[in-house]
Amino acid sequence: MSIHMKSREVAFIDGVRTPFLRAQTDFKNLSAFELGRIAVSGLITKTVLDGNDVDHLYYGNVIQDINTSNIAREITLASGLPDSIPATTVSMACISSNVALTSAMNAILTAQIDGAIVGGVEVMSDIPIRFRKKFRQKLLQTQRYRKATDWLGFFKGLRPSDLLPEIPSISEFSTGETMGQSCDKMTAKFGVTREEQDQFAAQSHRRAAETTEKGLLNDEIIPVSVNGGKTIVKQDNGIRGDTTVEKLSSLKPAFIKPHGTATAGNSSFLTDGASAAFIMEKEAALEKGYKPKAILRAFSYVAQRPGDELLIGPAFAVPKVLDEMNLSMDDIDLFEFHEAFAGQMVTVLKALASDHFAKERLSRKKKVGEVPTEKLNCRGGSLSIGHPFGATGIRLVTTAVNRLIHEDGRFALIAACAAGGQGHALVIERYE
Amino acid sequence: MSSKNILQTEINDRVAIITLDTPDEKVNKLDEALIEEFSGFLERFKKDESIEGAVLISGKEENFIAGADIEMFKTRDTADELAELSRVGHNILLQIEGSPKPVVAAINGSCMGGGTELALACHYRVVSDHSSTKIGLPEVKLGLLPGMGGTQRLPRLIGIQKALGYMLPGKNMYSYQARKTGFANEVVHRHALRDAAIKAVKKLSGKTIKNPDKRSLFEKILEGNPLGRKIIFSQARKRTLGQTKGNYPAPLKIIESVAYGYEHGLEKGIKNESTLFGELAVSPESRALVQLFFGMTAAKKNPHEDKIRDVKNIGVLGAGLMGSGITEVSIEQGIHVWLKDQSIDDALKGAEAIRKNLDQKVNKRIISGFERDEKLSLIHPTEAYNGFGKIDLVIEAVFEDLNLKQKIVGEIESAGNEQTIFASNTSSLPITDIAAKAKRPENIIGMHYFSPVQKMPLLEIIKTKKTADWVIATAHNIGVKQGKTVIVVNDGPGFYTTRILAPFMNEALLLLEEGASIEQLDKAMKQFGFPVGPVALFDEVGIDVGAHVADVLSDKFETRGAKTSKKARELVEAGYKGRKNRKGFYKYESGSKKKKEVNEEIYSFFGGAERKNFNDDEIQQRLTLMMVNEAVYCLQEGILERAADGDLGAILGLGFPPFLGGPFRYMDHTGVEIIVERMNSLQKEHGDRFKAASLLLDYSKDGKKFHE
Repeated sequence: MSIHMKSREVAFIDGVRTPFLRAQTDFKNLSAFELGRIAVSGLITKTVLDGNDVDHLYYGNVIQDINTSNIAREITLASGLPDSIPATTVSMACISSNVALTSAMNAILTAQIDGAIVGGVEVMSDIPIRFRKKFRQKLLQTQRYRKATDWLGFFKGLRPSDLLPEIPSISEFSTGETMGQSCDKMTAKFGVTREEQDQFAAQSHRRAAETTEKGLLNDEIIPVSVNGGKTIVKQDNGIRGDTTVEKLSSLKPAFIKPHGTATAGNSSFLTDGASAAFIMEKEAALEKGYKPKAILRAFSYVAQRPGDELLIGPAFAVPKVLDEMNLSMDDIDLFEFHEAFAGQMVTVLKALASDHFAKERLSRKKKVGEVPTEKLNCRGGSLSIGHPFGATGIRLVTTAVNRLIHEDGRFALIAACAAGGQGHALVIERYE
Repeated sequence: MSSKNILQTEINDRVAIITLDTPDEKVNKLDEALIEEFSGFLERFKKDESIEGAVLISGKEENFIAGADIEMFKTRDTADELAELSRVGHNILLQIEGSPKPVVAAINGSCMGGGTELALACHYRVVSDHSSTKIGLPEVKLGLLPGMGGTQRLPRLIGIQKALGYMLPGKNMYSYQARKTGFANEVVHRHALRDAAIKAVKKLSGKTIKNPDKRSLFEKILEGNPLGRKIIFSQARKRTLGQTKGNYPAPLKIIESVAYGYEHGLEKGIKNESTLFGELAVSPESRALVQLFFGMTAAKKNPHEDKIRDVKNIGVLGAGLMGSGITEVSIEQGIHVWLKDQSIDDALKGAEAIRKNLDQKVNKRIISGFERDEKLSLIHPTEAYNGFGKIDLVIEAVFEDLNLKQKIVGEIESAGNEQTIFASNTSSLPITDIAAKAKRPENIIGMHYFSPVQKMPLLEIIKTKKTADWVIATAHNIGVKQGKTVIVVNDGPGFYTTRILAPFMNEALLLLEEGASIEQLDKAMKQFGFPVGPVALFDEVGIDVGAHVADVLSDKFETRGAKTSKKARELVEAGYKGRKNRKGFYKYESGSKKKKEVNEEIYSFFGGAERKNFNDDEIQQRLTLMMVNEAVYCLQEGILERAADGDLGAILGLGFPPFLGGPFRYMDHTGVEIIVERMNSLQKEHGDRFKAASLLLDYSKDGKKFHE
């Protein structure tokens, strides 16, 4: 790598997201394409970016609509950007938009491109429901039918039950377990109590409600009008500010019955939402008149075998990225971690703070360190704000960057787990 | 004239492919040179036995034939000469139609007037499904009829009612309708056009062709017998008269020509069509409409072509009817618009109004759902000035309040950059006043749009003494891109259009005070040729807006000794604002019947319910003369730089009857001396507001005309 290339830095100009809404509420009539388009158009509203400064668009999306399988390209074409911007859809479960971001970072650092739009979208209100395999095959065979009489054989060998649609479940392909089940097992293994989980969840909702009330999230949310303009959505709608530990403790386990600890109240919910951010090589950005908010420094990806440690990825990803940056936990001013489940969060925090875990699993002499609760997810998290799989990563980064400015910090640490036993972490430094 | 040929002929497998490509022009026009080359080709085509048939195709990107060259009409004075022109065209088309060898038209892009008639004479039409493809017989818009067989062949191809539906309003047919009506025998994508046409020639060679009849059963029954046709024609006449008030002869002649052709057959129908064409072409209505067409073409020329600057981002302030309209015509051109209102909710409402309009276009298949989404992405609703540093042009459409506008100028000067143009969409406040406290008055200009912006074709640009040339050039360029006919006028209260509308509206109020009825005023002016009566117009633009305009202008008129009505202000104070608050000269009850009902209550402001009858002519003369005399004042004071701008502005902005050619052409046509005479006699009766402008007196004395 040339010296010139090495000196390149990736600036985060700004990011936005749509409000995150519970599935089957106000965004239920929108497609992922539409919601993504709204996010990218909203990014242009916010940054007044010139489309000619965008060299590539990377967009995350998990549950794909077959009509827009490279949704990134459709969004690029429909967002008032030049037709000449190539676009890539990326998927890595819950960290898809993180991959969008780091793919763009790599391309910028290697001087392939200067500027990129990154983000992601998920519309859980509308997921593809398929026919069962037997019926699908029958339907595909009809394409080869030539005579009307060929149709006589259509129903041969088909049972009525073959005609029932197949609703996809969110389970691990490799283990067959839902994420909630795996999480429940993991928390049991690490000795995380139901009370700890409910406390974490209540805190997430309380913090999200407070920051929403104060308008601190307005800087990242673009209002969206739906239902022919009758409804204007400006806020997330999954936040329950009045939630208490008592209320949460009354809920029944949702995944492992009757002794499990993960409930609907301490798990993230199905969410519709989209995010987008504009990043650019720092010098190029300054030259074009953009004001960077932060510099994206280093990132890591990790993976374990799925099963009872499905969602512990951050405990591996965080030390990896801190080591690379030669930073310790104490150097970090604020943390934005993805809250898939309260139990998963508590497990990860415990693992990071455990000498035992560090020795056994990380081959380190000492623990990675404690994450001070007053620095972690101060504006709420996926448990309260919601978790549109493809979009969450850029929400974390945008919130972290805005917090760095608001809280006058220097370093922010992002971490997130993902299906498949994977994890990610990213270090951001404020730009002044 | 270029020596290069228009027609390029190549032979491909015994099929002659004739490519129309007028050298050095963007579009093909049907002119004498083309007709001559074409008849030359037909001679060879008939004799050459190695050729089986021919394909007519255009060499232009998005144009087949844009229509007849209107310059041809200018050089001919008499109805006979013009009818002869039509006959020459007919002869050629009859040769094509009568040819035993098939001739196939391959149409991509705009195909207008004579182009459509040429296609109709062909044996088969292949039409491309490209979005630029539109087919039409817009002759009526020039006060003409399709004079090359359009009134004969179109009804025979797609049916009488459908044909009238296209010819009477001069409406376009897109590829979807071309397929549905049967105008197109085939619709293909544009790159397959040539091959499809060649195949069609091969298919048709040596066979007689019958075009498919795509009429509904009802249409077939009604159009298939003389009685049914009689009903169709009489209904069409009635509807036309209702719309034109007898002011436009062309639509009636179109109906007459179609009817004659059905009664006497195609051959006589065609001869008759030529005669009617000649009659129409020399009518003053057509002459005025043709002049208007030339005026609109001339207005496209930028006054400072070399000083235009690039506009990537527009900011629109105020997301109401005007603001969202301006936004819509801008995003249509691919320009990003930051639509700002005081609250994001209001800004989003403005965006939503545009979505509704675009949805309608999707429903009518004018654009696709994806194209709508692309356009919607260009709207950026906002409640803050964040990012306005990168906005090139800000157009404000906020409440008509001078202090507010001055304050906004200041806000934009600090939020924008040194090059940000500030354009005000005010309809009456002098731009110089709006710019009074500006740091960069050279960046300030008036861009006066008319409501509804999407439909109204005029943009009145107002420059002050300080407005920079590049600012005028850039605003003009944007206006033309937005599809507007642009006039540039100098600053003054009400500039040009509002200025001449004010005394016209004032006169309507004075007539009401004298006891005229609302119905009669509106009816008389519609009869005269205005699309909307003055009283209904008050309700539409808002009585409060009218009162505001009167406030701005009444001083000026009163110093000339003109009497001004104070009724608009009184009405506003009593809560009457017109349609917007459903309280006006007319009733706006929900679920109201079709016919508008006068709000009798309002007469209490005008001396009671008892109304008296006026002579229609008196109403028409009083209102019109107030307007045209004010137009002369505008020319005299230098508000207008050219009479032609005054004509365009009044027709396209205020609905001045187009067939009268605008205030100045109207005076020229009527005779300036006669206008002065009428003014003098009205002055005696009604006072000094009818005093003729001194420039008008000069012209009268010198026997001059406004247009030479």
